[in-house]
Amino acid sequence: MQAIKRKKQKETIIEGFFLICAFVAVISVLAITVFVFFNGLKPFISNSYSLWDFLTGVEWRPGSNMFGIFYMIVGSIFATLGAILIGVPVAIFTAVYISELAGSRIGKMIRFAVELLAGIPSVLYGVFGLGIIVPYVLKISPMAQGESLLATILVLAIMILPTVVSISETSISAVPKEYREGSYALGASKIQTIFKVVLPAARSGIMTGVILGIGRAIGETMAVMLVCGNPIAGIPTSLFDQIRPLTTNIALEMGYASGVHQELLYSTGVVLFIFIMIINLAVNKLVKAKVGS
Amino acid sequence: MSKSFKKVLVSLLIGATVLTLAGCGSSGSTTSTTKEAISGEINGGGSTSVQKIIDAAGSEFTALNPEAKFTYSGTGSSDGIKGATAGTYSFGCASRELKTEEKGSLTELIFAYDGIAVVLNPANTVTNLTKDQVAKIYMGEITNWNEVGGADAPIVVVSREDGSGTRDAVEELVGFKEKLKADATIKEGNGNVQTTVAGNTNAIGYVSLTFVDKTVKAIDVDSVKATVDNVKNKTYPISRPFLAMYDESKVDDATLAFLDFLMSTEGQAIVEEHGGIAV
Repeated sequence: MQAIKRKKQKETIIEGFFLICAFVAVISVLAITVFVFFNGLKPFISNSYSLWDFLTGVEWRPGSNMFGIFYMIVGSIFATLGAILIGVPVAIFTAVYISELAGSRIGKMIRFAVELLAGIPSVLYGVFGLGIIVPYVLKISPMAQGESLLATILVLAIMILPTVVSISETSISAVPKEYREGSYALGASKIQTIFKVVLPAARSGIMTGVILGIGRAIGETMAVMLVCGNPIAGIPTSLFDQIRPLTTNIALEMGYASGVHQELLYSTGVVLFIFIMIINLAVNKLVKAKVGS
Repeated sequence: MSKSFKKVLVSLLIGATVLTLAGCGSSGSTTSTTKEAISGEINGGGSTSVQKIIDAAGSEFTALNPEAKFTYSGTGSSDGIKGATAGTYSFGCASRELKTEEKGSLTELIFAYDGIAVVLNPANTVTNLTKDQVAKIYMGEITNWNEVGGADAPIVVVSREDGSGTRDAVEELVGFKEKLKADATIKEGNGNVQTTVAGNTNAIGYVSLTFVDKTVKAIDVDSVKATVDNVKNKTYPISRPFLAMYDESKVDDATLAFLDFLMSTEGQAIVEEHGGIAV
């Protein structure tokens, strides 16, 4: 009797401990949201800067009271789109190769390399981009500097690989063997089976990976800051133009900013936050759709 | 087996928490000084450019003298001078020379110099630019190296992020405040500017004089070499003194002790650590 009671007590204590741990995440996300929104909406509520000018302006000159982030939104979207266009096909084919085509030894090796890629700190991607990609871009660029939308896209495309590969691979492996056997029985080749049967069946899982990849690309800061150029104005019109994504705008200037300037950096964070929230909602929708089907 | 494993896990977690908390508590201990304790409130204010140096010196000073309290408000050089004159600050700081009408009864003390080198890629043949040319390059009025005696190649302008003290100083001293051209490449930190200039033959950048390394070439400005000596003898144009000033009749012992500390070897080491040139 006593022993059971004591055991129960211990269970409750440990349960409580886990609950506290779980709350760390919840409280953190609430605190960050409230903090960023509170500071970021202040300049518009107190009317110290117009929301319209903020969202549509194409010049960021804090000293002259010009805080336009439209060109940064465009830059962020272009960079993310480009990274997805290049990174996703490569990632999906990698996943297909690992799970469908490669022998177990080569497959393991590639998987190991991809996992290693996921563990590299992002600042190192930036250093790599600045040291290797930027000079190469400079060679083919009509512009005088290699920091550009293209360099950013290439770095981001590499950075999203691990996320998209591992999630795609999991969902491709989860496609039942019978699907493939049925396809072979109908006389389809291996490649036909992959494209007509396996990939469509794994579609929603792959989409989840892609959307998480988008999230990673749009939120990346350190690596991008080194290769994008961060100009103070200008909507990018070519791959060789410099861009200033939303994330680097915050990271570059938060250290010194004060007053309205600082508040508007938080506002930049709010815009970024909204983008990320939309992406997360999309993931949830997709995951639910997958469970439903 | 699994029960004992749980026990171990829980005790490890608790142990880790306790250790972390203990770690926080013990880090506050300070090294004791042999000098007699200095107490009192030191409240300085003025130039934002010196803030990093003064704040660092202040926290080191209060660590050595736990009885003393230290604050510094970065409100601008002019405000620092006014505050020191009026006695609202126990000392003021300025990152420029005082005008004659500002001097009044203030005692000035140069505790550091700030010098900024204009750097080019070593492959660039240009070795000298006038201050005016630098300003025009940064404003986008000069866009090709052949306009200033170099090769026929576009100039890649590299600048620092908004709010950086080095950028403020350059814009003010060279004379293109808030007129930086729109497509300048912005890099964070002296190191990144140097890497960029080192990697692009046509780039021009600027870094704190104390940061210049061999990967880039510091050029002459108005035909004066960018050296620490030329900053100190005031011939190098992109430089400025960091001044502290106080009113002899109002100053207290704690403030004087702090300024002594700032001028000591230890204080000057802090100056250099934060990008200044020691006097």
